[in-house]
Amino acid sequence: MSVSLSREDLLEAYRRMKTIREFEERVHVEFAKGGIPGFVHLYAGEEASAAGVCMNLNDDDKIASTHRGHGHCIAKGVEVKGMMAEIYGKRTGTCHGKGGSMHIADLDTGMLGANGIVGGGPPLVCGAALAAKFKGNGGVAVAFFGDGASNQGTTFESMNLAAAWKLPAIFVAENNGYAEATGAKFSVACGDVSNRAVGFGMPGVTVDGHDFFAVYAAMQTAVQRARNGDGPSLVEVKLDRFYGHFEGDNQSYRAPDEVKNIRATKDCIDRFKARVTSEHNIAPNELSAIDLEIAKLIDEAVAAAIAAPEPAPEDLLTDVYIKY
Amino acid sequence: MARKISFQQAINEALDQEMARDPSVIIMGEDVVGGTGANGEMDAWGGVLGVTKGLYGKYGDRIMDTPISESAFVGAAIGAATCGMRPVCELMFIDFMGVCFDQIYNQAAKFRYMFGGKAKTPVVIRTMIGAGFRAAAQHSQCLYPLFTHIPGLKVVIPSSPYDAKGLLIQAIRDDDPVIFCEHKALYTMEGEVPEESYTIPFGEGNVLREGKDVTVVALARMVGFALKAADALAKDGISCEVIDPRTTSPFDEDTILESIENTGRLVIVDEASPRCGMAADISAMVAQKGFEFLEAPIQMVTPPHTPVPFAGSLEDLYIPTPAKIQAAVRKCLEYA
Repeated sequence: MSVSLSREDLLEAYRRMKTIREFEERVHVEFAKGGIPGFVHLYAGEEASAAGVCMNLNDDDKIASTHRGHGHCIAKGVEVKGMMAEIYGKRTGTCHGKGGSMHIADLDTGMLGANGIVGGGPPLVCGAALAAKFKGNGGVAVAFFGDGASNQGTTFESMNLAAAWKLPAIFVAENNGYAEATGAKFSVACGDVSNRAVGFGMPGVTVDGHDFFAVYAAMQTAVQRARNGDGPSLVEVKLDRFYGHFEGDNQSYRAPDEVKNIRATKDCIDRFKARVTSEHNIAPNELSAIDLEIAKLIDEAVAAAIAAPEPAPEDLLTDVYIKY
Repeated sequence: MARKISFQQAINEALDQEMARDPSVIIMGEDVVGGTGANGEMDAWGGVLGVTKGLYGKYGDRIMDTPISESAFVGAAIGAATCGMRPVCELMFIDFMGVCFDQIYNQAAKFRYMFGGKAKTPVVIRTMIGAGFRAAAQHSQCLYPLFTHIPGLKVVIPSSPYDAKGLLIQAIRDDDPVIFCEHKALYTMEGEVPEESYTIPFGEGNVLREGKDVTVVALARMVGFALKAADALAKDGISCEVIDPRTTSPFDEDTILESIENTGRLVIVDEASPRCGMAADISAMVAQKGFEFLEAPIQMVTPPHTPVPFAGSLEDLYIPTPAKIQAAVRKCLEYA
């Protein structure tokens, strides 16, 4: 599969995937230590999807995310230190500590929000795509959702509306095989989520989410179609999560060596490294130099988050309304 | 200010003037044009009761029919609002909130707070409320207390053509999400409405009639009923002060408390169900903040705690009436 990525693009894709991985692995460790409040859903293992999608997007493009949103944020350009502070509930966080892991949003980078409601994002993406259409800026909007949300009425309604209005929207179904603890093999009655595309009058494709290049190429086609004014597409990305539904999930619904085998044989970052070093003239030490920068960034982010102040008591009452 | 138009025309005029003024104002909803993808004429309906009729001819694709998919198009209006548009979306009947409430109360209402003050969601959701049309239990409710309960939403309930126009223009220009409730029995009500554009600020109650004996607070269609009751009571020498809060969020407590300071007596008329409704909410506020002014128990005139019945004989019993308001006022006055 040939895709039009420069060396710089490939290094940037690697940086985004590796940043997500390190961010999530570190949140896993810090959560276990008890420093992080609330619910946290980790994206580790799924990095090729966020990066493969967002490497096709620019600053005018919008994404709506899910409860498993850290990876989408990083891939769309949300600042990592602000995210970490937000996850710690600190005043310096992206949302000043009032959103948390499940509600990180950064409208300046086109990130319309992680979402605590399964299926909450697709309707909003129809609106973002509609706004782009009215503005005529060539922008597209991407709804990330999981196999769980693929069964929500909001998702069905949104795909139909996007097709009826011919919106520049792309529906990215990240099928990691589990809606919480329930298998997609049971809950998604049509087999592949992409089979549903025909019912909504749009192209649908299923790609291997362990392969950055496959995701990138499928999205390139879908984004081009949207920018050309030809309407929405459904891209199903089949992938695996390295952790449970939430941190603290003992994952007894998974096979005993399932995650171990996935990490050993299907790690999207390992596959990316192997390919770019053998086929794209990228030296291993270029990647390890990026690794060092990321390790430092995550260390600094955690240290800064821990040291940052809590929100002030008066913050409780602010930003409910613009004017009231 | 001699020109009289209907409540429905006042809403149409507000939409028209705001669409002319601001290209980011767009309209979407079921049959708001009427005829998209059909074989006959476009703008066939202009909304199920014709409120948006004629706007398609002026503004074309800025007013859009939708599939019957409230979650998708209400959510789309909300999403477009976060991306720089000012959508006015029509939820045909407030009773249909059940199929799209998540987008309103978990998404639109919470964005600004959850996102640390960085989001702006200037969306208006217009919706019909109210009984009286023999439309039965799923097309007749006054569910505005449910929206009033949600921090982050503003809730507007006009009772006259003048208020409908000024409050709707304010709603469209407002940067927060607004639920705009239109009582369907008021659509044909005529009243004086200036031709030029104007706004009415939210959170400012309207004293429609001054009086010294009893304060009557009413919303939407009940405002007219309260004024009728006040007219009848005046013949017996009973003087009522009638207040329309006009918005339930934000809510003008001061105008009510100042009135009770003078009258010492309060009747609240609300077409919403009695439990956790506006009558109960206002009663609680006055009990807490105006207790020393009260000379009699607060009277609440509401429907019974039942769904809205279909049969005319039952629906007429269900809806508060001027006679019931009069009785409540007289009951207040039994306490010396």
